[in-house]
Amino acid sequence: MKRIDLHVWGPLIALIGLFILGALLNPAFLAPANLSNVLARSAFIGLIAIGMTFVITQGGLDLSVGSMAAFLAGITIMAMNALVPIVGESWGTILLGMGVALLGGIAAGYVNGALITKARIEAFIVTLGTMGIFRSLVTWLADGGTLSLDSGLRSIYRPVYFGGLGWLTWPIIVFAIAAVLGEWTMRHTRFGRHVEAIGSNDRVARYSAVDVERVRLATYVLLGVLVGVATILYVPRLGSASGSTGVLWELEAIAAVIIGGTALKGGRGRVWGTVVGVLILSMIDNILNLTDLVSPYLNGAIQGVIIVLAVVLQREKRTAE
Amino acid sequence: MKRRNLMKLPLAAAALSLTIGAGFAQDAEKVVIGVSIPSATHGFMGGLNWHAQDTIKRLGETYPNLEFVLATAPDVGKQVSDIEDMLATRNIDGLVVLPFESEPLTDPVKQVKAAGKFVTVVDRGLSEEGIEDLYVAGDNAAFGRVAGEYFRDNLKAGGKIVVLRGIPTTLDNERVEAFQAALEGSDKQILDMQYANWNRDDAFNVMQDYLAKYPEIDAVWAADDDMAVGVLEAIAQAGREDQMVVVGGAGMKDIIKRIMDKDPQLPVNVTYPPALISSAIEMTALNFVSNAPMTGRYIISSQLITPENAESFYFPDSPF
Repeated sequence: MKRIDLHVWGPLIALIGLFILGALLNPAFLAPANLSNVLARSAFIGLIAIGMTFVITQGGLDLSVGSMAAFLAGITIMAMNALVPIVGESWGTILLGMGVALLGGIAAGYVNGALITKARIEAFIVTLGTMGIFRSLVTWLADGGTLSLDSGLRSIYRPVYFGGLGWLTWPIIVFAIAAVLGEWTMRHTRFGRHVEAIGSNDRVARYSAVDVERVRLATYVLLGVLVGVATILYVPRLGSASGSTGVLWELEAIAAVIIGGTALKGGRGRVWGTVVGVLILSMIDNILNLTDLVSPYLNGAIQGVIIVLAVVLQREKRTAE
Repeated sequence: MKRRNLMKLPLAAAALSLTIGAGFAQDAEKVVIGVSIPSATHGFMGGLNWHAQDTIKRLGETYPNLEFVLATAPDVGKQVSDIEDMLATRNIDGLVVLPFESEPLTDPVKQVKAAGKFVTVVDRGLSEEGIEDLYVAGDNAAFGRVAGEYFRDNLKAGGKIVVLRGIPTTLDNERVEAFQAALEGSDKQILDMQYANWNRDDAFNVMQDYLAKYPEIDAVWAADDDMAVGVLEAIAQAGREDQMVVVGGAGMKDIIKRIMDKDPQLPVNVTYPPALISSAIEMTALNFVSNAPMTGRYIISSQLITPENAESFYFPDSPF
């Protein structure tokens, strides 16, 4: 019993360890403003990683999410700018823009999911393809430059990233709600159980009258929606999107999912673990910036070591189990 | 003025070939110039792509006998293939190349030169000397030095500076070394240097952390205007706009606009013009349509943009 606990709590222990390390190295780490920054930054990858947990748990993969976020941010900005002369610089325009991001996310997720489940192409190949397509589209829309939000709208929209309830800014609140809902869906709903069943053995799931293709498709659409939500929170931060938006977010999201204890081969999903994984990743970044422990040339290496260590730790606990 | 005169050259040549005949017929023959550049992955490259397309369009109209093949590559491998294709199938007479990386591009460009073509290398040198006919580049050392000298001469005594670096490359090293050299011996202090990869979001994160770490910062050298945008947003979030100045680089139009409007937060900027690709393409074209000698090295200096001269660096149509 004790051992199983250790195995489950592995990532959390790593997170607490990092937290203590950060506090010891630089007291500025514990300042509420800094912790708020770290949590808010984690929200984009965090929301995407929660969706990715479902996709990976059912045995799939989505490499297109970073490019998709950039593309959605691009069309959201263009839609809002186009609506300014019609609707005016108001919340109405922004709400419509948010609608564009969400609908775009649903559509993009559906395209990925349909190509994988209906056309029966490998998830890796489909999403590698759409990754390139979304990235090129946003570069093309921006004419190789940057799409910027109308400055009047920007000042209305800005509090969505920077505002909130004190230090708890909106991205943190949304991330927390999504995490709780995600965990609940995975643990306590039929959908969550089907996702895990398909990931463990899709043939058995099929024989058990689970509509495998429909559930798979739904996980990609869910991921698309969450990418849309992440975009809604991302756009007010810098008010711009370009070809360099969201680069490598897909790998960070996948790394967070795996650090959190979800198996890359599917079958076992743990949403709260993913949240811990995301926090570990952004906390490493923050601590490296706040201290002068290592040459900045080595930042990537430190991150790599911690990612591998976090997973190794779990594997050991797992064999002990 | 200069260009106007040159415009007459092909006309004169055409007239001559009509009257004298076969001897000058070659002048009117098609000349194909290949242009190989990295694709628009960030603001600066976006501007560079825009200027390349703009120049090609303009030159194509001016000199009907010039034909351009433009290829943009997202990585080194694709660029090497592009150049091989240009040589094998498009029968180019000249090549303008901005190498992704020096080492892997050296040999393919050497092959082009060995085939007797005119080679222009832009911005990033090849790892072997003497391959290119013409070298056009910005001055990376001056880019860092000009910013460093500005801080040295204008910051208050004991001023504290934080630096955001680009992507770890020799280009970035040259800039930062010159920046440090300019500040050496002065009473200004560099607090910290971290990589933010010429990326807005990364710069935002790094700047947030700088602000958490240092209660007192007087100046930020963002070294690129894309990064400056992220830096400005992080400073605004912390409400410390009045405490520090930000110096970016490369002259993004929004930043130049704010310098023109005398924004106290953005006193100056340093040029590293993406339009240097235009210089390279124009000079390569001139090599084929004029008698002007076009070989050698052409280094475009980095200038300090101030509110007084900002207007001449403002290109509202460019995407950068």
